[in-house]
Amino acid sequence: MAELAWTIPLWPLLGWLLLGVAGGRLPRPLPGVLASALVGVAFLASVAGAATYPGTPQARTLSPWIAAGAFRADVALLVDPLALVMALVVTGVGFVIHVYSIGYMADDPRAATYFAYLNLFTAAMLLLVLARNLLVLFVGWELVGLCSYLLIGFWFTRERAAAAGRKAFVVNRIGDAAFLLGVLLLWTQAGTLDLAALNARAEMLDPSLVFSAGVLLFAGATGKSAQLPLYTWLPDAMEGPTPVSALIHAATMVTAGVYLVARLYPLFAHPGTLAVVGTVGALTALFAATVALREWDLKRVLAYSTISQLGYMFLALGVLAPSAGIFHLTTHAFFKALLFLAAGSVMHAMHDVIDMRRLGGLWAPLRVTALAFLVGALALAGVPPFAGFVSKDLILERAWEHALAGGGLVAGLLLAMGVLTAFVTAVYITRAALYTFAGALPPDAHPHEAPPVMTVPMGVLALLSVAGGVLGARWAGAPLLAALAAVFEGALGHAAPAHAPLGLLVPALSTVVALGGLATGWWLHRDRREPALGWFGRAAEQHWGLLPLYDGLLVPAARRAALLLAGPVDQGVVDRAVNAVGGAAVAVAGALRRLQTGYVRQYALLLLAGTILVMAYWVVR
Amino acid sequence: MTVPLAYYLVLGAALFAIGMTGVLVRRNALVVFMAIELMLNSVNLTFVAFARALGTLDGQLAVVFTIVVAGVEVVVGLALIVEIFRARRSVNLDEVHLLRG
Repeated sequence: MAELAWTIPLWPLLGWLLLGVAGGRLPRPLPGVLASALVGVAFLASVAGAATYPGTPQARTLSPWIAAGAFRADVALLVDPLALVMALVVTGVGFVIHVYSIGYMADDPRAATYFAYLNLFTAAMLLLVLARNLLVLFVGWELVGLCSYLLIGFWFTRERAAAAGRKAFVVNRIGDAAFLLGVLLLWTQAGTLDLAALNARAEMLDPSLVFSAGVLLFAGATGKSAQLPLYTWLPDAMEGPTPVSALIHAATMVTAGVYLVARLYPLFAHPGTLAVVGTVGALTALFAATVALREWDLKRVLAYSTISQLGYMFLALGVLAPSAGIFHLTTHAFFKALLFLAAGSVMHAMHDVIDMRRLGGLWAPLRVTALAFLVGALALAGVPPFAGFVSKDLILERAWEHALAGGGLVAGLLLAMGVLTAFVTAVYITRAALYTFAGALPPDAHPHEAPPVMTVPMGVLALLSVAGGVLGARWAGAPLLAALAAVFEGALGHAAPAHAPLGLLVPALSTVVALGGLATGWWLHRDRREPALGWFGRAAEQHWGLLPLYDGLLVPAARRAALLLAGPVDQGVVDRAVNAVGGAAVAVAGALRRLQTGYVRQYALLLLAGTILVMAYWVVR
Repeated sequence: MTVPLAYYLVLGAALFAIGMTGVLVRRNALVVFMAIELMLNSVNLTFVAFARALGTLDGQLAVVFTIVVAGVEVVVGLALIVEIFRARRSVNLDEVHLLRG
């Protein structure tokens, strides 16, 4: 049974191959059913791997890959509790979303292609989380980026979708460049790319090197996980099909950055790196939450919410609470995927209307969807006993402990930003729920509830969003945290908290904050009101100055630089150099071709002359 | 009575020069071909002469090799000449210069 764990990424890969070759010829629901079934098998393999996990990390080399001098990288997998948790989330949530997609993409003529991409994505993501060395991880990292690009631009005939795909690709490239630099730095300085070996050697390396490598890798994570300053691609990525937003841009791919930091936690456990990670995370969490307050597109609200919650996870990583971060990653995958699927169901019922100003009153006709959204919203807002409450509460508690344990002013600020974010989160999700489901129906709308193939997946995720907190609840023994403790004990061993337990202080605080946020949201937006919020509202609309900075300065500058490189530099210098080499060859050949007269006897004469010359040279010498 | 080595070498050189002149001055492909054969065999003669003078087999080996190659070459060369003759009713080499650059 334990051997099954090594096959986890192969099932969706098989699905990609089958659907890629023959998907177009299969009758209608079959591509989706096949894709879902194979992800289901991968989920069962993950469950089997988790059930038979022997207690120590297992490694397996599938095939040799690169061996050049001292450099060695194999296609090798690593199974430990962290990898298994990620594999379970990817395949579990992935399976549910695959099933939902069967209904959502039922009328799309390119559904087979869609499922092939979705399966390839799942395989790549599994390769990423199960990789044993950084290079294989990087391959998975780039492959999920490719699938993200393909799926954002899935409806590429729409200019906006194609542009969004390009944007995601380009912005990610910036982060990936830093990531690659980090990998190279680690290889040259640590002499290995094996994840376990890197973690083991982290203590012995030069601290400044550990810091630079950590910051470079984290810069890669800010691209993939849409953190400041590379967050801009994720809201645009909502142009893709909604299940894609749920799977790739909420539950799995965007969490790759969090996973990367957690995977190399001993390397990141340098105080400077952690301060960077925690600060960027907390700033992003608060920033994106405020931006979500002023957004009208329901899916973009959820996108900013995802950015914000990812910031929360990085905040957890920054305050020495990696288990809490991974726990929040897990619960967030449940409730954010649920919110996206509910939003997809709204789009399905309203013929792709997603602007909240044109929605409303959907509570009555879409009862199941509305309930699902409500559960997701309460979980996101952090209302007990929903899953989001347990994980968010744990992060705040750890941030508090970190501040008490000598984290200083920075830790205090992180905590304050975390609490504030929790409040704003409750406000914006209440706003979104009110605009979408409360009030009166738009006059010309005749929405119908989605078919069971879409509502049942929402039900499953709703159940997980309600009960998922059990995985990390203290009264339940916190099985997830206990399993992860072994992974992180090496990095956290020297940082055991020495202070009085906080008791119910933090849970009470976060409950009050969440309920206060819900009440504020209701009060602000009751009867579809949109208060201007003064300078705060204007600042949020302008992304606190980042929007003018990006759209007014950086993007035009980059575009001009690209045009300069493409025109004068590429065509003017590179192409002309290449053409000149070709022209020279033509000119030389034009001169030499006169020798070729076609008269055989003339060739013979030349041969004789040459022979005589050579012999003369021998004689004279 | 043995013939001295120099005789063979002079004969070989003379045959080679005759062959070479034939290649250079004649226009009939068949004659040029025969002249080439003459050159090949003049070299063969030189080879065996040296082989005998030096008491080794190397020269004879080379000669056997040359004879085989020459035989093959005759097959290809004559076939080409026959084909050219069929196409043009003439085997004048100066009329066959389509490969001019």
